Amino acid sequence: MNANPYLPDMATIVEVIQETHNIKTFRVVLNNEQRMKDFTFRPGQVGQLSVFGVGESTFVINSSPTRKDYLQFSVMRVGEVTTRLHQLQPGDQIGVRAPLGNSFPLEDLKGKNIVFVGGGIGMAPLRTLFVYMLDNRKDFGDITLLYGARSPADLTYKAELPEWTSRKDVNVVLTIDNPAEGWEHKVGLIPNVLLEINPSPANTVAITCGPPIMIKFTLQALKKLGFADENIITTLEKRMKCGVGICGRCNIGTKYVCIDGPVFTYAQLKELPSEL
Amino acid sequence: MERYITKQNLTRLAEDLAKTCRVLAPVSSCGSVTFRRFQPGMTMDLHSRMAAVSPKAATFPQTETLLVVKRDATEKKPELVETLPQGKSVVIGCRPCGARGKLIFNPVYETDKIKDPYFISRRDNTVFISLACDRPETTCFCHSVGSGPADTAGSDILLTLVGDGYVARSVTPAGDEIMKLALFEDAGDKGKEADAKNAEARELMGEAHDYTSAPAKLLARFDDMDFWQAQSAKCISCGACTYMCPTCYCFNITDDDLGLNSRRIRTWDNCMSHTFTLEGSGHNPRSTKAHRLKNRVGHKFSYYPDLHKGVIACCGCGRCIKQCPAGVDIRQIVNAAQEYSE
Repeated sequence: MNANPYLPDMATIVEVIQETHNIKTFRVVLNNEQRMKDFTFRPGQVGQLSVFGVGESTFVINSSPTRKDYLQFSVMRVGEVTTRLHQLQPGDQIGVRAPLGNSFPLEDLKGKNIVFVGGGIGMAPLRTLFVYMLDNRKDFGDITLLYGARSPADLTYKAELPEWTSRKDVNVVLTIDNPAEGWEHKVGLIPNVLLEINPSPANTVAITCGPPIMIKFTLQALKKLGFADENIITTLEKRMKCGVGICGRCNIGTKYVCIDGPVFTYAQLKELPSEL
Repeated sequence: MERYITKQNLTRLAEDLAKTCRVLAPVSSCGSVTFRRFQPGMTMDLHSRMAAVSPKAATFPQTETLLVVKRDATEKKPELVETLPQGKSVVIGCRPCGARGKLIFNPVYETDKIKDPYFISRRDNTVFISLACDRPETTCFCHSVGSGPADTAGSDILLTLVGDGYVARSVTPAGDEIMKLALFEDAGDKGKEADAKNAEARELMGEAHDYTSAPAKLLARFDDMDFWQAQSAKCISCGACTYMCPTCYCFNITDDDLGLNSRRIRTWDNCMSHTFTLEGSGHNPRSTKAHRLKNRVGHKFSYYPDLHKGVIACCGCGRCIKQCPAGVDIRQIVNAAQEYSE
């Protein structure tokens, strides 16, 4: 971050990956070599991407701090900024204000078994931590990743899925909502498949992100499996502008998702007033 | 420092300062009093009534440019230029509540981690010459939020009307500097008269309301949407309250496309608007005016005090009450939460 918190770093898009019909992944490099070299962040932190003349929006940094060649953001096309972002090509210039917000509690996760439950674009914030854990595999116990989307075409990070599913040191389960031709993985809604996998809550932390309806039923499933509230972690999304706790959009009572979040445990969420 | 300045000399002071600074003063026009950039020959309206809009714009303009992005047609890489505020400003004739409003910004805009260079620069380069109130309006309640009609918090100089001029008291080095000018004269024993006038104005305000229980009581009503629907029934979500308010500091950041170049601007924003928290997915955490009014009142009387040493994020100027086209009264809402029994 610059001393002026509103001043972005200029960055160059180095690669664009079409993930699904409306999601693209952007790999970007800060133009200032020293700042790119010095750039540090923790999994879970977010950044603001600028398309100059259009505006700024918030996205999680979904690359891992262990891989420093570029910063990666996955963007679903929903509004003005994201529509314009989707038109950009490698070589195009954008602004980056990052890192912002808190992060996953890496220190608390060490030595624990981890169950990731991701739905749709909700896989983005999980990816950064999942890749971080792959790169620091010995620090963590059993790792399970349950990742679901509506259909095979709606899965992001398809280029990485074969490697993830073939690894022996992680258990990766993919699911889609309805049967599809050539699909060799699970079929069923994420919470149901989670119950089927039946992970033990002993020494285990569940980390989930996805659409609100999926989160709702995933939380119910995790409770059914015996996970304590403090061992369930999620990451929130809110409309943000400043990203630094001033502009007044993302607060839930006294908590600002941009500085106190976006990562919260279910126990912390229950303490907040209900304004999700 | 205590001195005296005649009304005539106060106008001359404004004229002199306007040569080197941006001077903002209350000016009457089209039936309302607003802060305008003062130029020689203009008439200040210090006494007919409180300015409709607070002097907030002196330190937090309604629109300000944060950055300019310069592009030339041949160069692919655009250049970012910070546009930090330049020059000095003087606000003359605001009420103590208006000067105090900016203090609410301080713990949010300047923290250990984050420093908002635009606000800080304006705040540190603006001198407030406030005018003590001699009588309250029915909408005034500054005395209930830790202030009063002769409060000096946030001001550099406080003027109190005595005779055909003002007893001037400076409370900062910047105020001292201005009061060294020859336009000011010895106050003699007029200070006592000023004290008596300040005390009389405070007396006229009556007993202060005790907001001590407001943070907890408002939070206790958070999930009671029946309560908030009843409180917001009159509200039309116009947001006039937020624009008039000296302490409302929420903003929007947008880009202004100027062809090859563009600028990133910050504008006052309005938390009463549906789009304020509307998310890309269509989901809106504050989907009704009841949710939004709850956040506005809650922010000022509960969340902010909880985060910042009990200070209420309201200066009691009453502009939101006076200017509300639907008659929403923030005092009544907080009172209702405080008096609520299960």
